Amino acid sequence: MGQITLEKVTKSFGEVEVIPPLDLTIEDGEFTVFVGPSGCGKSTLLRLIAGLEDITSGTIRIDGADATNIPPAKRGLAMVFQSYALYPHMSVRKNIAFPMRMAGIDKAEQDRRIEQAAAALNLTDYLDRRPGQLSGGQRQRVAIGRAIVREPSAFLFDEPLSNLDAALRVGMRLEISELHKRLATTMIYVTHDQVEAMTMADKIVVLRAGNIEQVGSPLDLYHAPQNIFVAGFIGSPKMNLIEGAEAKKHNAHTIGIRPEHIDVTEGSGTWTGTVGVAEHLGSDTFFHIHQTGLAESLTVRAPGEVNLRHGDTIHLTPREDQIHRFNAEGLRIP
Amino acid sequence: MARAVTQKRKMINTALAWTIGLLIFFPILWTILTSFKTEATAIADPPVFLFFDWTLENYSVVQERSNYMQFLWNSIIIAGGSTILGVIIAVPAAWSMAFVPSRRTKDILLWMLSTKMLPAVGVLYPIYLLFIELGLLDTRVGLTVVLMLINLPIIVWMLYTYFREIPGEILEAARMDGAGLREEILYVLTPMAVPGIASTLLLNFILAWNEAFWTLNLTAAKAAPLTAFIASYSSPEGLFYAKLSAASTMAIAPILILGWFSQKQLVRGLTFGAVK
Amino acid sequence: MATKHSRSAARLMMAPAVILLLGWMLVPLTMTLYFSFKRYLPMRGGDQGWVGFENYVRFVTSTAFWPSVQATLIIVGSVLVITVAFGVLLALLLDQPMWGQGIVRILVIAPFFVMPTVSALVWKNMFMDPVNGLFAHLWKFFGAAPIEWLSQASLTSIVIIVSWQWLPFATLILLTAIQSLDSEQLEAAEMDGAPPLSRFGFIILPHLARAITIVVLIQTIFLLAIFAEIFVTTQGSFGTRTLTYLIYQRVLESQNVGLGSAGGIYAVILANIVAIFLMRIVGKNLDA
Repeated sequence: MGQITLEKVTKSFGEVEVIPPLDLTIEDGEFTVFVGPSGCGKSTLLRLIAGLEDITSGTIRIDGADATNIPPAKRGLAMVFQSYALYPHMSVRKNIAFPMRMAGIDKAEQDRRIEQAAAALNLTDYLDRRPGQLSGGQRQRVAIGRAIVREPSAFLFDEPLSNLDAALRVGMRLEISELHKRLATTMIYVTHDQVEAMTMADKIVVLRAGNIEQVGSPLDLYHAPQNIFVAGFIGSPKMNLIEGAEAKKHNAHTIGIRPEHIDVTEGSGTWTGTVGVAEHLGSDTFFHIHQTGLAESLTVRAPGEVNLRHGDTIHLTPREDQIHRFNAEGLRIP
Repeated sequence: MARAVTQKRKMINTALAWTIGLLIFFPILWTILTSFKTEATAIADPPVFLFFDWTLENYSVVQERSNYMQFLWNSIIIAGGSTILGVIIAVPAAWSMAFVPSRRTKDILLWMLSTKMLPAVGVLYPIYLLFIELGLLDTRVGLTVVLMLINLPIIVWMLYTYFREIPGEILEAARMDGAGLREEILYVLTPMAVPGIASTLLLNFILAWNEAFWTLNLTAAKAAPLTAFIASYSSPEGLFYAKLSAASTMAIAPILILGWFSQKQLVRGLTFGAVK
Repeated sequence: MATKHSRSAARLMMAPAVILLLGWMLVPLTMTLYFSFKRYLPMRGGDQGWVGFENYVRFVTSTAFWPSVQATLIIVGSVLVITVAFGVLLALLLDQPMWGQGIVRILVIAPFFVMPTVSALVWKNMFMDPVNGLFAHLWKFFGAAPIEWLSQASLTSIVIIVSWQWLPFATLILLTAIQSLDSEQLEAAEMDGAPPLSRFGFIILPHLARAITIVVLIQTIFLLAIFAEIFVTTQGSFGTRTLTYLIYQRVLESQNVGLGSAGGIYAVILANIVAIFLMRIVGKNLDA
């Protein structure tokens, strides 16, 4: 079991309130991602759940039981840190065994679980090495192994992939997702990378300045961002935001349209501009377009190869049904 | 500096440095050499440097006459005891300051440093009086406690600077893995800090071994360590250079060897991390 | 960043060290302060009542006071100048490439590990003795009359002994500081056409300024308190009675505890003035 509930949780460091009153429920077995720009309080929130920091007020429940004042060691949660935080003086085997040693699990059972975790994580050959002798990806797997063996009610991941290079990151992302499918244990995952959030999450919690901006499935957030912040944060390249006369036409203060929802049309179109930079990726072409009279720059994603270069005039037609409308407060107009 | 240097320059550097090095080391070398001479050779005119009949006689005489072993034993107990006791008290304190810093941490550290600067002579009589009252005068326990107290600030500081280099996330990981405070310090922090703790032990052992104010003023016969043993040679008693040298050599040899291992830590320990 | 649990644990674990040091500082210091306002002669009548600031006045007006201040200043000042100047030169030399660098380093550092009573006795007898000392032989070799070091040149002798003990400390710290200098800076200066002397003056010396300050402050605190070196050589005679030694004599030899305590308070104040400067530097470093 691993249902985690936050009720009116707040956190202040001295005078500074980093988490204003916050309510959130994470269902058992769910893969929840906390995402937001750096300094949004996502790591703090995770550390509050872990018990590494005290909450200033409110209640944290784990499976319905009040865990607010329970020390981290007793919460039955496992955490994977950004720096992996492996014990450098212990072998991989001892690292993985450590939480079981603390829990007083007998030696035979320890060995069984270590073998099992090592096999699952491709670590069998490295069990007698020290963390210092492993690559970044292997260290990450050891950290995960150490979390798995104690069979926690939930896993907490604090930006676990940010120290890996781009190629490894994609691989580890898949491994963690597969791990979740296999174990079906609650996982809370903190990242600033919206691609990780979109690809891994069952539920995304978008945070800004300690506030929850929106909670929903990746596609909810993509299709129906509740405000301009979420609209701009989720999706890559970023959604184009247009104010002024063009927005007025749609009875909105601001309208948003994703780059992939604007078509490049030959001869004429709703909007016209000049190509600033064209990024030819082969599969897609990204245009950064100036002088549209709408915004300083528009980004458009065209499938395949479109042969337009810097300085060329470009005609654009937005898909009307994909336009998001926002009011003056930045909130979505349904 | 990884720079190309001509062989000639390197040779000049070497010659110069070795000359100065040997000059500085000479008093120690001379003492060691003299300790193997007879008293007559020791004051020969002109002095004899290397070519004499080497003898170990002085060492046995020193041991017989002044019971060197007892002083040595006192030194080991007092220096070792005060250092170990200091580290046991300092490890938890340094943990607190390094990993749970508060606004007052810096002030506490500096205040500890300031107690180290208290001139001993300013509190000599009160300590003397307290020692008499408590029956601690000329006891190893009393001296161990005093030396522990005068070195405690250095021990806390050294451990603090070593602990600060250990990432806090690892200790948090231990907490998440179910370790209590005791386990966290015993199984995770201490093993990781072994090099730092060893250096701290070593340097403070040396400092305690060489301490020569309290050891001279608070001991008489029973608890006197080597510093007092040597001081007892300050009144000349005839031909005694060779024996003085033998006694000196025995008093400094163990610590010279330990000292050579602790050069690097010396800087850190004695400058309170201000020079790295 | 921590929880209430860990904060209260931290306070608890800091307590032994803090309480011990607090006691170690406050109890004797309070007693010294108390005695300093009393006429207190343990061997001659004991506690004879309050005398206000009389001891403080008597301590500074006694004939021994100013000579002791002078002796202290000469010893501390000379040793500082010698150790810092030679320390910088030695550190520069040891930083150069050479054969057997490690061994030379060990030779240079060794005196620091010699216990003060040993170095004082070895110097006193085997080098400075006017009959059998090596210096006497050396002087005779050159046809000069041997010097009675510890009586005729007593302060110089103490300065030599103490400098020998502290030169390694200065050298080691300055060497560490030099080695932390980014060699690219020096190479850049060389490319800019700076000759060795200006490289030393404009780059190395400013880089060393902080280390030198620290050496000066730490040594001052230790040098103000030197005891064993005088205790086993001159016993404070021949003008070598420093402030520390004077206080020691007042307390333990003439058993005038009141007077000695007043002196002790002066010494505490003096040490604190130096300590404040040192702690400023160390404190700044803590923030970094």
